[in-house]
Amino acid sequence: MSEKNSILLKNGRLLDPGAGREGRYDILVEEGRIKKVASEISSPGVATLDVADCWVMPGAIDLHVHLREPGFEYKETILSGARAAVAGGFTSIACMANTSPVNDNSSVTRFILEQALAAPARVLPVAAISREMRGETLVEMGDLVEAGAVAFSDDGKTVPNSKLLRHALEYASLFGRPLLCHCQDNALFADGVVHEGLVSAAHGLRGIPCLAEEIDIARTIMLAEYLGVPVHICHLSTRGGVELVRAAKLRGVRVSAEVTPHHLFLDERAVADLSYSEDLDQRYRPAQLVYNTNTKMSPPLRSAADVEAVRQGLADGTIDAVATDHAPHEATEKAVEYDLAPFGVIGLETALSLVLHLVDEGLLSPLQMVERLSLNPAHILNLDDRGTLEPGMAADITVIDPDAEWVVDPEKFYSRARNTPFAGWRLKGRVVKTLVSGRVVFPFDG
Amino acid sequence: MVFKRKDLLGTRDLTADEIRNLLASANSFLEIAERPLKKVPALRGKTVVNLFYEPSTRTRTSFEIAAKRLSADAINMSASTSSVVKGESLLDTVDNIQAMAPDIIVVRHRHVGAAHLIAGHIRASVVNAGDGANEHPTQALLDLLTISQHKSLESGLKVAIIGDIAHSRVARSNIWALTTLGITVRVCAPPTMLPREMEKIAGVEVCRTPEEALEGVDVVMMLRIQLERQDKLLFPSIRDYARIFGLNRQRLALAKADAIVMHPGPMNRGVEITSEVADSDRAVILNQVSNGVALRMAVLFLLGGQGS
Ligand SMILES: [Zn+2]
Repeated sequence: MSEKNSILLKNGRLLDPGAGREGRYDILVEEGRIKKVASEISSPGVATLDVADCWVMPGAIDLHVHLREPGFEYKETILSGARAAVAGGFTSIACMANTSPVNDNSSVTRFILEQALAAPARVLPVAAISREMRGETLVEMGDLVEAGAVAFSDDGKTVPNSKLLRHALEYASLFGRPLLCHCQDNALFADGVVHEGLVSAAHGLRGIPCLAEEIDIARTIMLAEYLGVPVHICHLSTRGGVELVRAAKLRGVRVSAEVTPHHLFLDERAVADLSYSEDLDQRYRPAQLVYNTNTKMSPPLRSAADVEAVRQGLADGTIDAVATDHAPHEATEKAVEYDLAPFGVIGLETALSLVLHLVDEGLLSPLQMVERLSLNPAHILNLDDRGTLEPGMAADITVIDPDAEWVVDPEKFYSRARNTPFAGWRLKGRVVKTLVSGRVVFPFDG
Repeated sequence: MVFKRKDLLGTRDLTADEIRNLLASANSFLEIAERPLKKVPALRGKTVVNLFYEPSTRTRTSFEIAAKRLSADAINMSASTSSVVKGESLLDTVDNIQAMAPDIIVVRHRHVGAAHLIAGHIRASVVNAGDGANEHPTQALLDLLTISQHKSLESGLKVAIIGDIAHSRVARSNIWALTTLGITVRVCAPPTMLPREMEKIAGVEVCRTPEEALEGVDVVMMLRIQLERQDKLLFPSIRDYARIFGLNRQRLALAKADAIVMHPGPMNRGVEITSEVADSDRAVILNQVSNGVALRMAVLFLLGGQGS
């Protein structure tokens, strides 16, 4: 890199919905920020990256990851998770608070940020809503925001006490920090392990009804509407949930929502059979297979109709963002009875290719893809220097070869974990370069 | 007659031919039970491990007798003995059992898919003796054997299964086995014990009332109601359940005049079935038990015996 820390990306196809640009542009980066975007830039002496035939987008921002540090470093660390992130094209990742100790006070937030200094991605700590995520008393939000918390969430759990949730929404709005709400009615969720539907009926696995999610989404939206404050709904998985968010947006409620790649690509039948091919209208005759615990997550894989609904929701803008809910677990933790396996799958290294698949299918335009992966997440977290590559913005850039084909091999992941439901999938489109603050952070060998 | 599988994990993926072969083999073993000397040398030198994580004297004993009549060495391991260490994972336990080089492992476990998990991990054959609410294939096969002794399986039979369908592996294994043979299955349960979307399962008719389910059927299968379910808000009282879903003489009269009554046991007399019905000549409940040994001999023999 030259003395002014400059770099020139030449000949790429820029996808920047925030700036209204789509097409062949050169991008000049200086001191970690975008200096200039034009159809032709010549800047002698500046290091040049020729990215012809590649797509260039503002770095993807993941609203929802679990980095497991502190407390569960055997599953993932901030460093390994951040490496997985940049390998998958994510330049900023918001990490949930369910570590040990819980990120419910500023010393944990500061610890995360210190660890993140060595990490190739920007790590954005999400603090808990309630102390120890017990749903009883609020965390010290002001102190946490000052320490660097970007949002609040008791993810993994709901906040059952509506009065506490109300106060959290009110108080967080003071700082312009969103609540990221994991919605589930605990009594209806009970001890369920899969979607309540075909597969629970056929295999005797305990079901989690859609209703468990939707009742809590309705409650959360009603609170935000009453208070006139923003709220974000994590990992929508059901048709009813999409309809609730759609109707709320039409009423002018400041609600945003995310969906995970696995809820966009897999339905309940993947639990017992990853090679299913039943017609939707056909009656179900399940196969006899090993139960794949890498299909166990919360919320669970829903029905084929729900998958269709979240896809439509993502396409029409009801759902603002794709977020991975990257949830690493060690192999032996998943090599157990389905009932006993922990919830969660990883997603950072497969998400972008899967979303590219939606572009291939024609569900999203390339610009819409970038909105869902970068621009909208930046808005939701109020990150005002990210999500677009206008001059002055952070030079967080993802460069994709949209035609590269590859097969998902978990052994090659940079994440410490291997618990993906997409092992063996043939995907198209791959990250070739990731820049954070103008520095090439992926590939790791430079 | 060749059974090409390593394991018997469920009836779900058995073909009609495989089922018929198993029943034919069981029939030949039934005859052995009539002999004064009940042992055959078919599995001499083979080891069968009964790995039971749930107490079930009946099923375990049935497998044990079946193994011994085939001259196999039968070893019982239950979760209450020190052989199954608390906190040890299922696969760790199985690795330890593997070290004893068993030929067949019979496993009963409270969690769905436990037998499948073991089968994918071990060289020995695995027989699922019940995994959670999923499958109990030998029970369904012995039920079929029992039906076949009273009815022709090819005659367009109708079978009603009544009780706690949601939590019943017996119901599920029977549904798959019966529908594979083209037999009509009606299920009936209190709405709280009927799985949502059950009506989407191929070959199953869902009935709202036991009366509707019983109308004109050839076979009635009553399921055991687990009394502790009351605590989980699934039904208000035993008395209420017995009144609405119990099989009594009047209800049985709705079925065909020669309909048989089955129950996988153990029965709650006066709850899902009245003593009058259970002890009547319509009930074939004790035949089920004796058929169990022969059917399990057939399964062990076909999985471990023939070296084909
Ligand atoms: Zn969550």
